[in-house]
Amino acid sequence: MDVFFSASISILFHGLAFAMVLYIISVGLSVTMGLMGFANLAHGVFAMAGGYLTTTAMNTYGVPFGFALVFAAVAVALLSVVLERFLYARLYGAGELEQVLFTIGLIFMAVAVVRYIWGPLPQRMLLPAALSGQIDFGFRSFPTYRTFLIAISLVLIVVLWLGIERTNFGAQVRAAVDNRRMAESLGINTGRLFTLTFALGSGLAALGGGLGADILAIHPAYAFEYLVYFLMVVAVGGLGSIRGPFVAAVLLGVSDTAFKYLVPEVGAFVIYIAVIGLLLWRPAGLFGRA
Amino acid sequence: MIFKRPSSSDSAPSDSAVEQMVRSHRLRPLELLPWIVVVGAYFVFPEYLPLGSQILIMILFAISLDLILGYAGIITLGHSALFGVGAYAAGIYALHVTGEPLSGLVVAAVAAGIVGFVSGLVILRTHGLTLLMLTLAITFLIAELANKAGFITGGADGLQGIAMQEIFGQFRFDMFGRTAYVYSAVVLFLVWLFARLLVHSPFGRSLTGIRENVTRMHAIGTPVRKRLVTVYTISAMLAGLAGGLLTHTTQFVGLSVLSFERSGEIVIMLILGGIGRLYGAFVGAAVYMIAQDELAKADPVFWYFWIGLLLVLIVMFARGGILGLVDQALRLVRRKP
Repeated sequence: MDVFFSASISILFHGLAFAMVLYIISVGLSVTMGLMGFANLAHGVFAMAGGYLTTTAMNTYGVPFGFALVFAAVAVALLSVVLERFLYARLYGAGELEQVLFTIGLIFMAVAVVRYIWGPLPQRMLLPAALSGQIDFGFRSFPTYRTFLIAISLVLIVVLWLGIERTNFGAQVRAAVDNRRMAESLGINTGRLFTLTFALGSGLAALGGGLGADILAIHPAYAFEYLVYFLMVVAVGGLGSIRGPFVAAVLLGVSDTAFKYLVPEVGAFVIYIAVIGLLLWRPAGLFGRA
Repeated sequence: MIFKRPSSSDSAPSDSAVEQMVRSHRLRPLELLPWIVVVGAYFVFPEYLPLGSQILIMILFAISLDLILGYAGIITLGHSALFGVGAYAAGIYALHVTGEPLSGLVVAAVAAGIVGFVSGLVILRTHGLTLLMLTLAITFLIAELANKAGFITGGADGLQGIAMQEIFGQFRFDMFGRTAYVYSAVVLFLVWLFARLLVHSPFGRSLTGIRENVTRMHAIGTPVRKRLVTVYTISAMLAGLAGGLLTHTTQFVGLSVLSFERSGEIVIMLILGGIGRLYGAFVGAAVYMIAQDELAKADPVFWYFWIGLLLVLIVMFARGGILGLVDQALRLVRRKP
């Protein structure tokens, strides 16, 4: 019984840490999808860029962890504004196929550039001393970094949700997701709103990539390899939803960890089947509007 | 909304749309051009026949994708799953049952068709990003299955030691790839005849209708889902055929047949040539494979950069692909007397 209990705690803990990273990366994708109906498969590129910038700033230039994260998030957000204004914006009215092809093209280019600059090997994450090792909670101890990861992510998520619920900007975003034309008629500048939201989502993804470098290894194939996870979170949560992806990320993170821990032979198998089954039951996702 | 398919008839603008529709299925002399190239290449480039059969197989694979992506408008990134199922089915059949190739092709097509039918029932209930995600998930699922079920698929080592018998008991697979080339060319020719028949049939027309305006097709009583599942299954069988051909001509199956990269590549080939026009598959696959053979050896990393850039440029400036550009050029020339 004790073994069972301790295993469940471990699974829950590591699953939760994984879920936080998944959510922080994917929430931007969900909002982009809901706001602009844009199928941005290249969303993982922003997370990858965040991871590379964070690790490089720390390992090569000795920037402290916190500053490196903020720097990566801001840099990626700025880069995404440039991309959004010059490239993405031209395809808002275009068909889904065009958007998919364009974003796949971006992934291919990003993968090549990253390989050229950083080489094919995964980047190492050198954690600051204060965050490495174990932390003792009395009944058992947990890895400090993962504990910190869960805590800081929860803070971020609360800030994000409050921002969406309580601020003027958040209200505008919600209005535009619900009914863009109505929002425009009311004088909301949706073009500017898109750019800001896109930058926010990309910045968050970069933050998630940097924070989660320990869990989702930073290597050139990142944007391809984890794409299906990001898409699953968004599809299961419901496109355009803010909270849906959170529930989806927790379900996915915990069950993925559980199956990889308990039955490594079947691995990611069960997850795919569960997701397929869930979408058969609710094609629009858990919190999506059909 | 998908890339607009230019009217397939190159008749004068005074023709009514009905006449165009009625005549579009007739064979035009230009449609024989690919076959002249296929036959000519056999004699002109005897040392490139192994690459040639790879190209023919990719053309077949791209045609299968064109049926669902170009005509029916189903956006998938998981077509390699069906290709891979065909490849593995042909390999397992050759290893454990018989090395007879033609029955092996049937097995490959049927296996892929079954997987296509079942997965089609699932994914075609959704649309958009969710559908795309499901095609990816199914590909990863099948790749994981092939990886873990090593006792039958050989796992990461792949299926080795496949020995093919003579075709019709007559034609041995020779080391210069002559038989493989002719074999692939004949299969491709038959598939081309079939696909041509299909897209010009009322069934094919209804697919275009579903792509352009699904609500209207529902309203006039078309069984939309049934049509989509049917074409998805047909496309899966053709993709399986392509996979089976690859197994027969290379006598090896590895996990890479199921990879996401292969799904991406085949979409790129089709887009490069031109989508929803059957011949885009020929042009795109040939150009891509030859360019890859020439460029990727020198610098495989930057090969992907250029492919990505090409994709972005096509989406921004040339949505009809190479054949679309040719159409535009022809139109410009004709306008000037």
